[in-house]
Amino acid sequence: MRGADYIVKRVMFAVVTVFVAITINFVLFRLAPGSAVSNLSRVPHATQELRQAIKQQFGLDKSRGEQYVLYLKQLAHGNLGVSFANSQPVSSNLATALKNTIPMVLLGTLFAIVVGTLTGVIAAWRRGTLAEGSSVTTALAFYSMPTHWLGLMLVILFAGVLPTGGMSDEFLINPSWWTHTEDVLKHMILPSLTLGLVLFGEYTLIVRSAMLETLGEDYVLTARAKGLSPWAIVRKHALRNALLPIATLVALSLGYIVAGAILIETVFSWPGIGRAVYDAVLERDYPMLQGAFLVLTVSVVFFNLLADLLYFKLDPRITE
Amino acid sequence: MSVLIREPGAIAEPVTAQRSQSIWRTIRRRPSATIGAVILLILIGVAALAPWIAPYDQHEQVGPVFGHPSWSHPLGLDDGGVDMVTLLIWGLRISLIVGFAATLVSMLIGGTVGIAAGYFGGRTDTILMRITDYFLVIPDVPLMIVVAAIWGPSLFHIIIVIGILLWTSTARVLRAQVKSVRERVYVKRARALGAGHTRIIVRHVLPQVAPLLIANTVLTIAVAIFDETALAFLGLGDPSRISLGKVIENAFQRAAISSGAWWAIVPPGALVALVILSCSLIGGALEDALNPRLRVAHISAHTFRLRPLVGRSAESL
Repeated sequence: MRGADYIVKRVMFAVVTVFVAITINFVLFRLAPGSAVSNLSRVPHATQELRQAIKQQFGLDKSRGEQYVLYLKQLAHGNLGVSFANSQPVSSNLATALKNTIPMVLLGTLFAIVVGTLTGVIAAWRRGTLAEGSSVTTALAFYSMPTHWLGLMLVILFAGVLPTGGMSDEFLINPSWWTHTEDVLKHMILPSLTLGLVLFGEYTLIVRSAMLETLGEDYVLTARAKGLSPWAIVRKHALRNALLPIATLVALSLGYIVAGAILIETVFSWPGIGRAVYDAVLERDYPMLQGAFLVLTVSVVFFNLLADLLYFKLDPRITE
Repeated sequence: MSVLIREPGAIAEPVTAQRSQSIWRTIRRRPSATIGAVILLILIGVAALAPWIAPYDQHEQVGPVFGHPSWSHPLGLDDGGVDMVTLLIWGLRISLIVGFAATLVSMLIGGTVGIAAGYFGGRTDTILMRITDYFLVIPDVPLMIVVAAIWGPSLFHIIIVIGILLWTSTARVLRAQVKSVRERVYVKRARALGAGHTRIIVRHVLPQVAPLLIANTVLTIAVAIFDETALAFLGLGDPSRISLGKVIENAFQRAAISSGAWWAIVPPGALVALVILSCSLIGGALEDALNPRLRVAHISAHTFRLRPLVGRSAESL
């Protein structure tokens, strides 16, 4: 029964966190310099009537409390407001952006998981050897590089070989489905690789320390005493137990990856959620920024919850 | 709790007074930490001496736009014809100032919250940790962007914004450690002798958690500098102060890459990476040293094979 308690508690926490985020979101943007009217009307010497009309239109004549309730109500209906920049609903702008971000992020993450686990396991298993030294150094180096700078380095290296900006070639006329997909995939390589390399550093270090921890356990010693082959020890005993922290950390990092995509998408002009944040900042498009922040927060909270539940599934002893 | 936020303090064995004095010894004993410390000290020295060692003025145009590297300008010129070496030295100075100042803010908040939660326990603990949990979950970079965008770009704002978002891990790590220190006999004795909370915290708790605080500080500096670079890149840096992040942003915005001016963009990022790397090396080694469980785990498969029992008993739990 304690298990059910745990799950309920985690879900409650996630719900409350989202609520807190929504409130922060509301308060922060009310602190923005200049009243919404002076930002919105953009009319020099606007008459008092016009100001009043706009205030009324945006519900700014109501008290803060009423505005907050109104905001929550609209949010519950999926209304995130209208973008200042292109006058489209923020929610549809964000949906398009997310649809572009997800495949790019997934590809990069997959790369990082596969390569990072491999090097992490090797580094832990061959501790003290050149293999460990070189993989840890490489991982640390990638981990230390500013994400956007790594992206720029790849641009310098691969300029001319691979497309370095945008999501597809705009000069393709009526491309067939296959040519189009191929084109998008080609555009995806560099941004995904940037993400993959940054994460690879992190994952290698995580996997290595998780593996080192399990390799120090008694059951590994027992397995060794039984004369199991090194590969069997790693696969059946060490890695399987090390997976516990690895799986949760990967799930945790997924939420932050979407946030981290801001830098990568800016470098590669990838029209995703990160790029949307960047453009919103440049144009002071507050509704868009507000919506994007909400989406990013909710995705982090969601993956956080996923990590908690995953951990519980993998290790039912956890109840706190 | 999100179970896996690394909490070295939670599993650490008591940090003894003797160990707390041996931070320098720890650093010296670990080659990676020594390298990190040496690099960091050199960089701090360069940044501190910027007004004297920078070869040119940081606003002075000394040659053509994106001038090639030459003997008088070993790293070439930037988009305004300013000497890159000069820019790097001054940029490093601003970046380090932001990194250290933001870390100081986050240490003050995180340290206070962590010590208060761990020391007083009970309801204080519950409330403080609940708040910490929320802050931990909300993604920092987007929140920083939002706050910086609303608040307007200035060095002071950036420092505060980064500082108030980075304290969570410090608070959690410290809380766990303080909780265990609080139960020590000497703390109870001090309390029985009538020592007040302030005295106990300052004289008995703080010295015990100081090494952990320092390890955490060094790691936080790295994150703060990274965040500053990211904010500057997104155009949210202080336009009047040139940090390394700003140098990268300028080069990117003014098309250094398509002009073939790699020298305007490679060195500043490499310098940031070097700062972060050295901080990670020091912080990681310190954390390792303070966390005996990790150290036991570090008995590698390799040494294990040679001397399984010796390794086990020498580093006994």
